[in-house]
Amino acid sequence: MAQHLSYEESVSGVWKGLGLLAAVTVAEVILSLLKAAEFVTDLRPVIYVASLFIIGLSIYKAYFIIYEFMHMGYEVKGLAMSVLLPTFLLLWALIAFFNEGDAWRQKREKIEYKNELTVPEGNTVGQIDAHDAQSYRLPG
Amino acid sequence: MTEERDTDIIVAEDQKPELNSDWSGGDRKPFRTSYGKLMMWYFLLSDAFTFAGFLIAYGALRFSSPSWPVPDRVFATAPFGINELFPNDQAPLIFVTFMSFLLIISSGTMVRAVQEGALENKRGVVFWMLLTVLGGAGFLSCQAWEWNNLIGKENMTVTTNPFGTYTEDGYYLDPETGEITQEEVLAGDTYLLHVAGEVHEDAVGHDGEEHFTFSDVPGEYPGYVVDGLRPDGSVNPAAKRFIHRKYVATDETDGKQYVRVQQFGPTAFGALFFGITGFHGFHVATGVIFLLIILINSASGVYVARMNGYEMVEKIGLYWHFVDLVWVFVFLVFYLL
Repeated sequence: MAQHLSYEESVSGVWKGLGLLAAVTVAEVILSLLKAAEFVTDLRPVIYVASLFIIGLSIYKAYFIIYEFMHMGYEVKGLAMSVLLPTFLLLWALIAFFNEGDAWRQKREKIEYKNELTVPEGNTVGQIDAHDAQSYRLPG
Repeated sequence: MTEERDTDIIVAEDQKPELNSDWSGGDRKPFRTSYGKLMMWYFLLSDAFTFAGFLIAYGALRFSSPSWPVPDRVFATAPFGINELFPNDQAPLIFVTFMSFLLIISSGTMVRAVQEGALENKRGVVFWMLLTVLGGAGFLSCQAWEWNNLIGKENMTVTTNPFGTYTEDGYYLDPETGEITQEEVLAGDTYLLHVAGEVHEDAVGHDGEEHFTFSDVPGEYPGYVVDGLRPDGSVNPAAKRFIHRKYVATDETDGKQYVRVQQFGPTAFGALFFGITGFHGFHVATGVIFLLIILINSASGVYVARMNGYEMVEKIGLYWHFVDLVWVFVFLVFYLL
């Protein structure tokens, strides 16, 4: 606990923090249910905005757990930075791998589309007629 | 007088008061924290990378899949028939929200244990740690029920995902006659493939009309298909006989109606779900065991003798909060999005 807080303050701080985390979780679940409700299936923006809100609230929960419950906020700044800064490496992993996953899906859809295409019927352009094979000679 | 040797200089050097110290590094601690707490932080950082690797793999596979099971449909069950209090017997996310609360509350009680430890209050530490252990054990029990339900009742395994999702609008075929019905198929809706013989009443509409029983003999029927035939036409007795209903959907390109068959959902879903929630559950179980060890040590007065404000309780506290922290993200990607 923070050294500058009295015992009563730090105890009530725990219960307040707990209430906050519970409230944020309930808000997330409500947003998630709203996003899956039938009347929003045709409203893509609502789904995106709700999803972004849910992600934001989760990151806030993570921040609160690390800074208050795990007391990172009361540690020396160097400690906080040496633990938190390396996690920013993951940002690129997120972008790269999600993009890669999306590319796999696009490739697969392209292959499926091409598999469904039928070969157009027509003249045998560019093929050598077996009977006429004699007439072809390589130059020289 | 003895002969002077090279080593004597080294020994003399070692005995100089300013160098005569052990490996503790003196009074100034790095980052003004103890070695144990610092190393716990770095262990948690490395563990965060492990979980991040798993979750990013989940994201990549989910992005690569044309459809993904809707969590509200997959995680809509609850013990003691609680889900029957909800419309269509579906209690979306209710049970997992309860599980999240258990973990969050146990995190709060852990903070209380650490606070009492700093005041050297043994009774307080033991009481609040006991509640934390109960929270962790409750979470594990809930997860055991959830897994048991998914594997035993809903036939989801690491390699089989019976939760498919429609990608087109359309209409079901009547299972008996194969005629097109008015029962709608909606793109984006997730369905659960049932196993023949285990079909529940809600499998064929909720209209309460005449009750149709699906055949449990593998093969193709007018309105549905039962799994279990080998390519040569013989019956594979080991295969689970999933029922796939047929429906018609209109093709966008040529405007004709085609008969489609319900498919399994993305295979990776089961492996990712059991893998990642299992890895998290393993962390919770480990945490409960270590909490119990430190609880017993606290109660027997080991940490009173150390006179360091129950630092061991602080360290297991860090680990326990981390387990809660990971659950925030597991909850986010598996249940909320």
